[in-house]
Amino acid sequence: MISDGIEDEEKWLAEGIAGIQHNAFYMHRALDSNNLREALKYSSQLLSELRTSRLSPHKYYDLYMRAFDELRRLEMFFKDEDKHGCSVVDLYELVQHAGNILPRLYLLCTVGSVYIKSKEAPAKDVLKDLVEMCRGVQHPLRGLFLRSYLAQVSRDKLPDIGSEYEGDGDTVNDAVEFVLQNFAEMNKLWVRMQHQGPIMVKDKLEKERNELRDLVGKNLHVLSQIEGVDLEMYKDTVLPRVLEQVVNCKDELAQYYLMDCIIQVFPDEYHLQTLEILLGACPQLQPTVDVKTVLSQLMERLSNYAASSPEVLPEFLQVEAFTKLSSAIGKVIAAQVDMPIVGAITLYVSLLTFTLRVHPDRLDYVDQVLGACVKKLSGKAKLEDSKATKQVVALLSAPLEKYSDIVTALTLSNYPRVMDHLDNGTNKVMAMVIIQSIMKNNTRVSTAEKVEVLFELIKGLIKDLDGTPMDELDEEDFKEEQNSVARLIHMLYNDDPEEMLKIICTVRKHIMTGGSTRLPFTIPPLVFSALKLVRRLQGQDGDVAGEEDPATPKKIFQLLNQTIESLSSIPFPELALRLYLQCAEAANDCDIEPVAYEFFTQAFVLYEEEVADSKAQVTAIHLIIGTLQKMNVFGVENRDTLTHKATGYSAKLLKKPDQCRAVYACSHLFWVDDQDGIKDGERVLLCLKRSLRIANAAQQMANVTRGSSGPVTLFVEILNKYLYFFEKGNPQITSAAIQGLIELIRTEMQNDTSTTDPASDAFFASTLRYIEFQKQKGGAMGEKYDPIKV
Amino acid sequence: NYIIGAFKPACNISITFSDGKTRKQVPLKKENGKTVMVPLFQSQENIAGKISVEPVQGKKVEHNGIKIELLGQIEMYFDRGNFYDFTSLVRELDVPGEIYERKTYPFEFSTVEMPYETYNGVNVRLRYVLKVRNYTPPPSINTSIKMEVGIEDCLHIEFEYNKSKYHLKDVIIGKIYFLLVRIKIKNMDLEIRRRESTGSGANTHVETETLAKFELMDGAPVRGESIPIRLFLSPYELTPTHRNINNKFSVKYYLNLVLVDEEDRRYFKQQEVTIYRLADTS
Repeated sequence: MISDGIEDEEKWLAEGIAGIQHNAFYMHRALDSNNLREALKYSSQLLSELRTSRLSPHKYYDLYMRAFDELRRLEMFFKDEDKHGCSVVDLYELVQHAGNILPRLYLLCTVGSVYIKSKEAPAKDVLKDLVEMCRGVQHPLRGLFLRSYLAQVSRDKLPDIGSEYEGDGDTVNDAVEFVLQNFAEMNKLWVRMQHQGPIMVKDKLEKERNELRDLVGKNLHVLSQIEGVDLEMYKDTVLPRVLEQVVNCKDELAQYYLMDCIIQVFPDEYHLQTLEILLGACPQLQPTVDVKTVLSQLMERLSNYAASSPEVLPEFLQVEAFTKLSSAIGKVIAAQVDMPIVGAITLYVSLLTFTLRVHPDRLDYVDQVLGACVKKLSGKAKLEDSKATKQVVALLSAPLEKYSDIVTALTLSNYPRVMDHLDNGTNKVMAMVIIQSIMKNNTRVSTAEKVEVLFELIKGLIKDLDGTPMDELDEEDFKEEQNSVARLIHMLYNDDPEEMLKIICTVRKHIMTGGSTRLPFTIPPLVFSALKLVRRLQGQDGDVAGEEDPATPKKIFQLLNQTIESLSSIPFPELALRLYLQCAEAANDCDIEPVAYEFFTQAFVLYEEEVADSKAQVTAIHLIIGTLQKMNVFGVENRDTLTHKATGYSAKLLKKPDQCRAVYACSHLFWVDDQDGIKDGERVLLCLKRSLRIANAAQQMANVTRGSSGPVTLFVEILNKYLYFFEKGNPQITSAAIQGLIELIRTEMQNDTSTTDPASDAFFASTLRYIEFQKQKGGAMGEKYDPIKV
Repeated sequence: NYIIGAFKPACNISITFSDGKTRKQVPLKKENGKTVMVPLFQSQENIAGKISVEPVQGKKVEHNGIKIELLGQIEMYFDRGNFYDFTSLVRELDVPGEIYERKTYPFEFSTVEMPYETYNGVNVRLRYVLKVRNYTPPPSINTSIKMEVGIEDCLHIEFEYNKSKYHLKDVIIGKIYFLLVRIKIKNMDLEIRRRESTGSGANTHVETETLAKFELMDGAPVRGESIPIRLFLSPYELTPTHRNINNKFSVKYYLNLVLVDEEDRRYFKQQEVTIYRLADTS
């Protein structure tokens, strides 16, 4: 049935075309022989083809264009009075004798065009007559095309300013009046189209109707092209009349299209000066009209206009563009109760974009927009509409992009309030956007106050928000987020230590709420940031006296102590231990022994109580040893206590090789290669001997358990330690001892039960090469090495 | 047109009017459909001219006297051949005798009363064997026709014709306002209808014909729409309105406004208008 319809339509179109061609042939013949009567007869028949009701707009257009071409030829003929011998006035009457209205009016428009051109009558009279007479065609499609023809032929004959048809009472007012009237009538016809035909094909009708919209919009285009339409006329006549038509037609499609058309065809300057009128129409549109797009377009245009040249900016201020737009948006939202929340927010996004582009200096405007948005969102707990959420994100991102400085956004009081309306997931996304913006622009957030606001904004990342079950989180995302927070912490900086301390305290306050999963990510950067401050203070000690709340290293260390403590309470002892050691080192540099000691104590306590894993223990003990070795703040007693502990724990590691390695590492605790470092050769030797014993024990154990002793690696490592201290001049390390060790290793290697390991063989070989090398180098060192035989 | 049938074709007779060169000529459609140009006279005019009788070469014409007659006739077609003469004027031009060669007689009917216009209708014809046309001065009272009509809850329109009396070359200007439209109108025409009634009493015969069908509107209007009317009467072959001509016939004109809906139902309103003849200004 439907396919039949299409086929039929093709057929009808073909018939129509054939009809036109047939009559055109005779018309041409009449034109060639200057036979006016025949020409009128055939042109009238030709135009009768346009009377069809059977074609869709698309096909009808095809037919119309063919008729249009023929009418052009006819018009040429009409112009040439010599050919037909009939005055244009008579011709104007003559064509009205046609019995059928449609051909009659097409001919009338054609002659009318010639009539105006002849200037035998005032253009305005002819135009007025034509536009009035066209009322006779009330069929939407045919009427639209007829009036479109009228618009087309009259376009270059309007009594515009500077046009040859102006003057003698013909003013631009008449031109405007004519176009406005034609526009109004066309719009009425266009709107009426929807009521034609059965309801079933409503969609199709709407589609067809949409195809015709440019015929109507063309009138607005013509209006915009009329030179004489200056701002005053636009404001007093054109715009009010067009809007009246738009509002009164009460048609969704037309209203949307025409509003858009108005915005697109008339100059920005006019829009700016008539904002109130234009905006006043918006709340009166049908509730289903997509006003937000319309307004967005308008704001987009205005912002482009503002961007085009700085000279126009005062105009914006003068007309209070922002206030007007803002209030219009408020009214539209109030008027369209059914507008989904996303629509409202989209409007605010547009307004915000406008504000940012036109009034970048007016943060109060930005805040006002956000405030309005908050107001709209209030009453609804969280947004659930994903599109609306997206718009809110856009809303919040816009200021960040514009100012490329989060600090500006931080001064917006409504910013966090908008964020509160986002669901948790989006809130996090937004927080990430904020952090990324800071990273990208390398923004320094430099006061505690701003940090406070910032952390309030990104709280979605800082702590668990209500109602987010943890298991829903993607672990990788979570890590990514927390790493970002960690990076952010490093961006918080102030040259003034006092302020910096405040910042640290603020950050601490926030991240401490983060719970066990976040702390491991967030505490380290905080600690390091604090330590950085400590180092800074260290360089300028003494200056801080007299301040009421001075930022002293001591104070910071206290803070750190408490902070790290919280890490150990949750099962991240290894991390806490490292941080303690870092702090201890810093305290050492600050020359605060008690603090350093305290940190070490904490580290050891952790080691004892929390670090249970043997591998972790190995790592931890090496860290402890390493840190301790660097310490020079400790008095003998404290140092003894700590080194004693360290060696003690080293020997208590689970695996023999680990024990061995830890113990020989401990040897460094007694020999610090500094000017006034401790140099206790005896205890170094003690450690090394002990490690040798352990290595031996390890070999034997391996023999017993696996039937083969392990590789000699451990011995070679110990040999290297011997060599180190030997070179450093430890009197307890003798060449004989080294010689003995080399022999021992050789014996071990020749032992049947020993497993050969290329790596350890190579290690040994290169160690020997080194000795050889030293020997040959000569000098003091060469002499020292001389007794050793390899 | 021929002037009189009293002569045999043994000779050629021609008539020339004394103001023949300047007198206005108008087309007249003959029964066979051909159009000829005939001179035009008005009531109270002098009809003067010459008649020349010329025998066929070398022959003589015997006659029982030559006279010229001016007849005003009404002819009913259904009673063909029966002429009713309402005017008959005779001028004797010659006594009986013979004509050998071309002979010319002047004649004159002065201030002839020709009360009725020439009319060619469906059933009736009024003719002067001279063509007569009477001009009427513009009527002093010529009100517009304004009327509201409708079908309850269905269609209400108000129409307005600018005059009630139109001359033959007039233009009907008007408007139709649609006050209520609940039907799907397809189009609207304005028709000019002529009602010719002949005979009298029981023998009255009425014939109506549509002389013009002029489309005023295409498509369906909505409430509040007003459609302009501009109908030039000149293209149509109208005559003035004739009221009871010699008790023989009447001719009346009506404007008939016809609306056709999508189911081809016709809604119409007929309104009489008077047609008169206005003196040509040219």
